[in-house]
Amino acid sequence: MNYTWHWQVLLEAEPGGTGSYLHYLIVGLGWTLATALAAWVIALAFGALVGTLRTTPMKWVVRAGNLYVEIFRNVPLIVQMFLWFFVLPELMPKGIGDWMKQMPPPWGSYLPAVACLGIFTSVRVAEQVRAGINSLPRGQRMAGIATGLTEAQAYRYVILPQAFRIILPPLTSEFMNIIKNSSVALTIGLLELTGRARSMQEFSFRVFEAFTAATVIYILTNLIVVLAMRALEKKVHVPGLIAAGGAPQAGH
Amino acid sequence: MQGFDFDVIQRSWVYLFRDGMTFTLTLTALAMAGGIVFGTLLAMMRLSSMKPVAVLAGAYVNLMRSIPLVLVIFWFFFLVPYIGAWAIGAKQPIQVGAFWSAAITFTLFEAAYYCEIMRAGIQSIPRGQVWSGYALGLDYWQTMARIVLPQAFRNMLPVLLTQTIILFQDTSLVYVISATDFLGAAAKVANRDYRLVEMYSFVAVVYFIVSYGLSTLVRRLQERIAIVR
Repeated sequence: MNYTWHWQVLLEAEPGGTGSYLHYLIVGLGWTLATALAAWVIALAFGALVGTLRTTPMKWVVRAGNLYVEIFRNVPLIVQMFLWFFVLPELMPKGIGDWMKQMPPPWGSYLPAVACLGIFTSVRVAEQVRAGINSLPRGQRMAGIATGLTEAQAYRYVILPQAFRIILPPLTSEFMNIIKNSSVALTIGLLELTGRARSMQEFSFRVFEAFTAATVIYILTNLIVVLAMRALEKKVHVPGLIAAGGAPQAGH
Repeated sequence: MQGFDFDVIQRSWVYLFRDGMTFTLTLTALAMAGGIVFGTLLAMMRLSSMKPVAVLAGAYVNLMRSIPLVLVIFWFFFLVPYIGAWAIGAKQPIQVGAFWSAAITFTLFEAAYYCEIMRAGIQSIPRGQVWSGYALGLDYWQTMARIVLPQAFRNMLPVLLTQTIILFQDTSLVYVISATDFLGAAAKVANRDYRLVEMYSFVAVVYFIVSYGLSTLVRRLQERIAIVR
């Protein structure tokens, strides 16, 4: 293949005047992580809540939880991004809608991206939480109730602490997914890592240098997350249980 | 909901389905077929006793799984013309349309995910079955084709189909290379007529109906083909 590499481009100044292209990409990684982490907080909170509610004996609550999961699981992420970014402000009362539309960049894209990714991922977290709770022997809940705990206390002190430790490995891969999925936010104008690699390619015409640099940065980030989570998994592993491998799951 | 303009949907739905949905479904079908074939080969490579083969396949799968699909789409959008030129010996990068670029991207990307599913499927077959295959005088390929893979496929069919539903949803990301898939077609109408609310809501509803319908079917299939042990 006759492509002439020109790696020095990474050290050349980007047209925005903030520094080199490499610096430009690293700032992009910062936005990727800022988006992923903020969305992860939402995903964990909503996912834990919905996942737990779906294991309760309350029929209507379970149905509402199922509806929530089905809605956000069956619409593509990019379409959900567009709903948050283009559609939601129009459906709001005029004052709030205008405020949403007039937010200065990057917040105008950052906040919808975080909300969208958070809710999108919360559905997957909810599925994991539910599976984790259901994987516990029924006797655990019964024993909790028998010792005089209320239903809520049984969840708080017996069921959830075990469930969360069991589902840590699948949650790790969800966290890596949220980092990767944050790249979809470039479609609503957030200049995160992939978005910046794309604009670097447009400014400098160095296609493969830009994408190779972004790829390497993603791989390194992944590696760090995997190592950190492996250390955490070792620490919170439930003694006596076989390391949770779980059934193979579809994903992306 | 006042001012919701249903008319724009009525005017454009033929275009959306005839051009957009056809693109989306063809892309999904091609990438599924190619992805499962290539993914199964990758899975066999990952489980191979030949170390370099296993390492190579493992590196490919892990690479694909650690970078975002959007970045992969960009990569191949620019890379495929160079590979094409190299393949036919042309001096200049050749022109490749968005469709074929996307088809190659999704086949190669999804293969990594199908590979992990098929690997689990192959590993779920008791080792004794492979040995009995060899004992009967079958070679590696015959054992795989007649004993291991048919069972692995059957066990993993629901997961393979679920992955395909995800693939169907993921094809909407070809928006970033301005391809006219279902979302792309809707976006074009939305921007032309300035009807973003109507078009994107409609797109969401259609994707929901298709994905939800398919996943209900998969769930039913799963109940029917589950092997009682």
